[in-house]
Order: sequence, then C-alpha cells, then structure tokens
Amino acid sequence: MSAPSPLSVLSHSPIGSFAPDVFASHLASVGVAPAWWLERKRAAYEKFAALPLPKRTDESWRFSNILGLTLDRFALAAPAKPSLAPFPVPHAASLTFVNNRAIEGGQKHGWMELPAGVVITTIGEALAKFPDLLRSHFMAQPQKLGSGKFAALHTAFLHDGAFIYVPRGVEVPAPIVITHIAAGPGAAVFPHTLVIAEENSKVSVVDTFASADATPQFACGANDLYASHGAQITYIGAQAWSRETMSFQFNSTVVRRDARVQSLNLHLGGRQARHESLSQLQAPGAFSEMLALTVADQTQEFDQRTLQIHQAANTKSDLLYKNALRDQAKTIFSGLIIVDPDAQKTDAYQSNRNLMLSEEAEANSLPGLEIQANDVRCTHGATSSRIDPEQEFYLQSRGIRKEMADELLTFGFFEEVLNRLASDELHASLRTMIQTQFTKGPRV
Amino acid sequence: MKSAPDTDTLSDREIEEANAANPVAGIDQTRGDFKYEMSYEFDAGTGLNEKTVDYISGVKKEASWIRDFRHNALKIFRSKPMPTHWATKDLENINFDKIRYYLSQGQKPKRTWDEVPDDIKHTFERLGIPEQERKYLAGVEAQFDSEAAYSNIKDVVSKQGVIFANSTEALREHPEIFRKFFGKVIPTGDNKFSALNSAVFSGGSFIYVPKGVKVAQPLQAYFRINAENFGQFERTLIIADEGAEVVYMEGCTAPKFSTSTLHSAVVELVALKGAKIQYITVQNWANNVFNLVTKRGVAHEEAEIKWIDCNIGSRLTMKYPGVVLKGRKSRGEVISIALANDGQHQDTGAKMIHAADETTSNIVAKSISVGQGRSTYRGQVHIPKHLKGCKNNTECDALLINTNSRTDTYPAITVRGDRNYVQHEASVSKVNEEMIFYMQQRGLTEGQAMSLAVNGFINDLARQFPMEYSVELKRLIDLEMEGSVG
Repeated sequence: MSAPSPLSVLSHSPIGSFAPDVFASHLASVGVAPAWWLERKRAAYEKFAALPLPKRTDESWRFSNILGLTLDRFALAAPAKPSLAPFPVPHAASLTFVNNRAIEGGQKHGWMELPAGVVITTIGEALAKFPDLLRSHFMAQPQKLGSGKFAALHTAFLHDGAFIYVPRGVEVPAPIVITHIAAGPGAAVFPHTLVIAEENSKVSVVDTFASADATPQFACGANDLYASHGAQITYIGAQAWSRETMSFQFNSTVVRRDARVQSLNLHLGGRQARHESLSQLQAPGAFSEMLALTVADQTQEFDQRTLQIHQAANTKSDLLYKNALRDQAKTIFSGLIIVDPDAQKTDAYQSNRNLMLSEEAEANSLPGLEIQANDVRCTHGATSSRIDPEQEFYLQSRGIRKEMADELLTFGFFEEVLNRLASDELHASLRTMIQTQFTKGPRV
Repeated sequence: MKSAPDTDTLSDREIEEANAANPVAGIDQTRGDFKYEMSYEFDAGTGLNEKTVDYISGVKKEASWIRDFRHNALKIFRSKPMPTHWATKDLENINFDKIRYYLSQGQKPKRTWDEVPDDIKHTFERLGIPEQERKYLAGVEAQFDSEAAYSNIKDVVSKQGVIFANSTEALREHPEIFRKFFGKVIPTGDNKFSALNSAVFSGGSFIYVPKGVKVAQPLQAYFRINAENFGQFERTLIIADEGAEVVYMEGCTAPKFSTSTLHSAVVELVALKGAKIQYITVQNWANNVFNLVTKRGVAHEEAEIKWIDCNIGSRLTMKYPGVVLKGRKSRGEVISIALANDGQHQDTGAKMIHAADETTSNIVAKSISVGQGRSTYRGQVHIPKHLKGCKNNTECDALLINTNSRTDTYPAITVRGDRNYVQHEASVSKVNEEMIFYMQQRGLTEGQAMSLAVNGFINDLARQFPMEYSVELKRLIDLEMEGSVG
C-alpha cells in the first residue's frame, strides 16, 4: 500500500473539488434532458454548496473521523475502459458503468429471455422513455441520517446509473447484475441504482462497486428500492472500492403493503466508507430485512448508519449487521428503530455483532430505539468480543490448528448472515469474495 | 390499554374526549403535595452573576480558593452551550434569570431530634416516616433547602473516625482531606450543569470513611425543594479510604409549584483500593422540576461502586450515574428504575469508563412509561485500547403502559481490542393482557392488577433497595398507576 497523504494536510473546504465551474462543465456534459431534471440538479448543487461539512458535535456523525472527510483532490472521472470481471453469478441481465458512463455493449442479456415489460436500462434512457416514473422515484425519500450534503452532491453530479422497472405480477427469474467501476487517480464517481418493483412482482439485483486501480478515489452513490404492494426485492450491494477511496453510499427502501425487501450489503473496500440505510415500512404486512457484513482491516473505517421507521401497524423489520475487525480498523454502527404512534403490533429487531480480531481494532455501537406505541415487540442487541475461546478449544481438541480454527470460526460468524439468502449462487459468490479478502487481503 | 366498556362509567369516546381536553385526566396530580410557609434569613435574590457567587461565598465565610473556584465555574457555565444537539430542547425553557440560587434560614445544623423545628418534623410526617422509624433511621441528614437541618448519626460514626458533614463545614474544617478530591472526579467543565453547580453549590454531604472502617448503618439524607423558583444545588463528595465500606441513601420529595424549579446536583464518589461505596437514590420530584444531576465515581484497585437510582416525577430528569474503573479488578454497577408519567421525561442511564485491566461493569435499567410519559435510556460504555479482561453487561427493559406512551434507547458502546467482552440488550414490551385478565378474574380491579404487574416488572431490582426504600417505591408506583388504565 502506498503511503496515504496525511489527513492533516487535507483541506476541509465545504465544496472542495466540486466548485461552481466544475458543476457548470458537468451540466454542459449532460446533453438533452428535461427541464425538471436540470432544475433538480441545480437546486441540489446549491444545497450541497450551502450546507457545511459535518462537525464533531453532530450526533449523526458521532465517532466518525471528521478530519478524514475531504472533498479535495478529486475530479469528475473521464471516460475509461478498464476490464474487470463482473460479479460471478448467473444473471438475467447486466449493466456496467465505468466512471459514471454505461460502457458500450455493457447492457447484456444473460442466458434467458427477460419477461415482457421488464425494463433494465440507464438513467439517461429512462429520462427519455420513463420520465414520470423517474421523476416520482428518483431521490424521492428524505435524508434522515446526516448526509444531506453528500446526497445533494450525488444528485448534482450524477451522470448516469441503472434503472430497473418490474411490472405488476412479473417475476425476473435470475439476478440483474449492475457493476460500477471507478478508474484512474482522483476519479469521482456517482453510482446510482433505482429499483421499482410493481405490485406482486419479484426481482433480485446485485450492485457491485470496484476500483480499476489502487488509487485514491471518491465515490458518492445511491441505491433506492421501491417495493409496491406484495412485491419482493432482494438487493445485494458488494462494495470493494480501492483502499484509498472515500466512499458514501445512501440507501432508501420503501416497503408497501405485504411487500418484502431483503438487502445485504457487503463492505470490503475504501479508506473511509460511510453507508446510510433507511427503511420505511409504510403499510401493514411490510417487511424489511437489513443485513450487512463488513471485513475491516488495516486502518479502514466503516461507518454504518441505519434507520427503520415503522409507519403503519403490523409491520416487521429485522436488522443484522456483523463486523469483523482486524489490525487498526474501526467500525461504527449507529442504528435506530422508530415506531410511530399508530404503528401497533410492530415487530422490530436490530442486532450488531462485532468480532474483534486484533488488539488495536475499535468497534463502536449505537443501537437506538424510539418507540411511541405500546403493543410492539422491539428488541436490540449489540455485542463486541473475540472468538469464543471454548469453541476455539473444542476445534483444537479435535486436532485443528489454532489458526485454522480461528479462520473457520470467523467464516462461521459470516455464515449466519449469508444463510439468510435464498439463492445458493449468491451465497457462494459472496462467500468467495469475503474469503478472498480475508485470507489474501493485505496485512500490515 | 383499555378495559372493556363498562356501562356504569364513561364510554370510551367520552374518556378520549376528556383525555384530549386534559392529558392528565384521571390522575390526581395534587396527591402527595405539600407546602409550608418559610421565612428565609439569607436570600441571594433571583438571577446569576458574580455578585450572587460572592454573596453565597460570603454567607458561608469560604476560603478564597473556593471563591475563586466558584468564579471560574461561573465563567465556564456561561461559555458552555446548552447540550441540545443531543438532549431535549425542553432545556431551553429553563430561565436562569428567574431562579434563586441561594436561600437559607441560617440555622446551624441540628444535633438532636428535639432541636429540629416542628414544621420540618411535620414534613417528615407527610413523607410517611413514623416517629419511631425516624428515630430508628439513624443518620438522617435532612437537607432543609440549602442547609442541612438535622443530623444525628454524626456522633455515632465519628467514633469510628468517619467525617460526615455538609459541604460548607467540610471544606472549612477538613480541607486537607476534601480539597484533594473536590471537583476532581467531575471537573467543573464536565458539562454546563456541573459548572453551574460548581458556581453556586450549597448543602450536600461530604463523607470520609477511614481505612478499613465499615459503616454499619446506611447514612441517609432527605432533600427537598420548598420555595418557588428556588434551585437546589447540593454537592456531595464521598471518599472511602482503603478497604472501607459505606452505604449512602438519599430520598427526595418536593411540593408542586406552578413555575419551573431547577435541581442540579453534583455527586462525586472516590473508592480507594478495596473500598466499597453504594449510593442509593429514590426521588420523587414534583412534575415542574428540572432535575439535571451529574453523578460519577472513581473506583481504584479492587474497589466497587454501585449506584442504585430510582427516578419518579420531575418534568425532566437528566442523570447518568457513571463509574470510572481506574484500578485493576475494580467493579462498577448501575441499577436504574425510571417511571415517567404524563408531562414527564426521564432521560436516565449510565456511563462506564473502563481504564484498567480486568474491570467489570454491569448496567440494568428498567423504565416504565405511563400515559404520555417518555422514558429514555442513554448510556455509554467505553473500553480503550490495550486493556484486557474487561467485561460489560447492559440490559435495558422498557414497559409501555398506554398506547401513547413513549420510550427511547440511545446506548453508545466503544470497544477496542480483542480481549474484552461487551454485550448490550434492550427490549420494549407492554403489560401482558392475559396476566391482567387473570388477576381481574381473581377479583382485583384493573388498576390494582396493573400496579401489581408494574411492581413485578421492577421487583428484581427493587429487592436490592433497603426495605424502607422498596416499600416507599412500591407505594409511589401504586400512586402513579392509579388512573392510568381505562
């Protein structure tokens, strides 16, 4: 790993590299677009420029490395053509973006015909063909987790992204794989994935994020999921940016009546990576399952903020975030369950498990509840500890070396989350990614 | 929770309307109130400035270092913003200019029961402590507004070498013991309200227990507020020398006033090697009181500090008793019960700062929200780098009685290294309807059943209280639960 710039020399200008002239040149590159789109981008830029950088005393940035947040030394990524293997899973379709642009021929169909009416395209094309859908769903949910400024930055500079629409009653038989790649030093990318699942439809989406080279980059992405009545969405986010990347990712999930959303975010890359996830359970029967796995090593910082809002009666949410920490890595989990006054019979769960694998790692947990209805089942738990010595002893007593035993137990720690996936293929691919990082990842 | 409509009583709709008109309908808020005319000899007037500080310091004939300490604290108080970036905005409703910072009848602390003024005895009567028990309750240091009005345990414990005095006396007569620790566990600038207390403190208990002395009887103090707009700023410092053991209990009750009253105490505990301190609080402030208290102890090697904290009443209580586990194998514990009724916000919790190997801490917090009451658990557990064998266990359980009751949980846990164990669990529930039904079926009213269920919820914690406190607690809960159902 090349020596990273000392953070103390970074400037903390509230706009950094994203000055008005840079925004003007970005707007110029947008090409033909509806007026409302341009207006939204202008408004977002103004909001971004006006809002200050997070401060140490901001409750939603508690424990975060505020000094590490910098918007400097980045530039809007230029077109590039790196080659990276896509996520290895049989898929119905795939889309690849390199430096914010869909690569030619990147929009491929997989081994099967897509059911009629399913749309898998770019934001650029959706602006022309499905402006109303885009207008009502694009960045339409509130930013409640502290990154209003960076979400505005995302809207302002977003160049392109994935647009997935599944019509009523349609089931997409295999995952749709979206790949976002950042290439070149200082590249700033703004990945976007929007999934709209209409009534009783079913779809599975894999969003992957990777750097083509091990240079400092800037990623500021969003993935919004909308599950209409009875719809089912499975979403996998696999983040493997370079180890010098500053990353923000915002998720917003809307779950309507009897709909079900399962999301699993895997966090591997980045120097400092913040992930915000908001689930809104809007009608009876809605269920959101929020899963995350993080392998943190060296001096990486993973900052995860979640919010489960139960807005209607008889809704359910289940969150399980597991972090494995090595070296001097640091993780922050800050979760909040809000139960609105009328959301009786809510069933909400939130759990954060930190596996401490070194003497110098640091895990912060802020598991929160705000409950305003009394007929609810709400629990949360947080633990931080090393591998259970008894389990380790048991394996050793069966003749397994300590190192091997620890590795097995660590993988076992991840399996609890991976086992929640219905698809064996997705499970296997994610397990390989984790094990590769864990066993071959650079150690200090 | 709603019972089946009863034809003899109001319909659901009528009750809802009555509740909408008056959110505390059905609860007699005047119950337990009392107030007596007082005449004050010393009065620092309303508002806070350098003159107030000089006045208090002058009345108390304090040494110049204490006066300087107060003035410095006033500066810090002014420079610190209200902590509303994380705390409730209700704090902004405190009008510091309308508060009296010092009132005293100028009495010397009393030595025997006979010398205690009749009206104060009468107050004890209203607190429900019978004469016999009052005599039996050795060590009653009753804080009469700013000054201690009565203490009789002093003679008994002084034979063991224990110093038990009020803050004024202690700093004047034993500076060699108390100055060393005064303001060290909770520095003036710890928070805005510890700074306020440091500027205007009066009253409170200073206790020193010498090496190896185990104080047989619990030392007690009752505090109350009894003047409109009068803030009470007591300061307590307890030092248990090596191997010493002491239990300190405080109970608070206050009459109700129409305007807000501020109580802002600072309590510092120092448990030297192998010492044990248990600090028990049962408070029932009137529901116009802002109760903003900083409590922290330092536990040295193999020492043990246990806070038992029960909060009922007040408009807003913010209190997070803490233990700094400074010595190897030291132990900290917080047992907390909070009950928030209509118009009340109990923002309580605990802090455990681990600073040595093999330190253990335990937090058990139970809260009950009644009507529109709001209870909040806020906690911090911190285990820094390079420590090993540290353990923390935190359990928070919340019970919500009515459909519009509210509870929040905001823990913050930081763990570094792979040789420590931390677990946190929290749950939220309501009273089991089948349990209530069963009790009603056995002839209890719904209110009685509810009261029994709530007492059952906290029973395992209440059992850790001394007998008279758990009896008082049960009585207070019965009182709070009346009218909360239906």
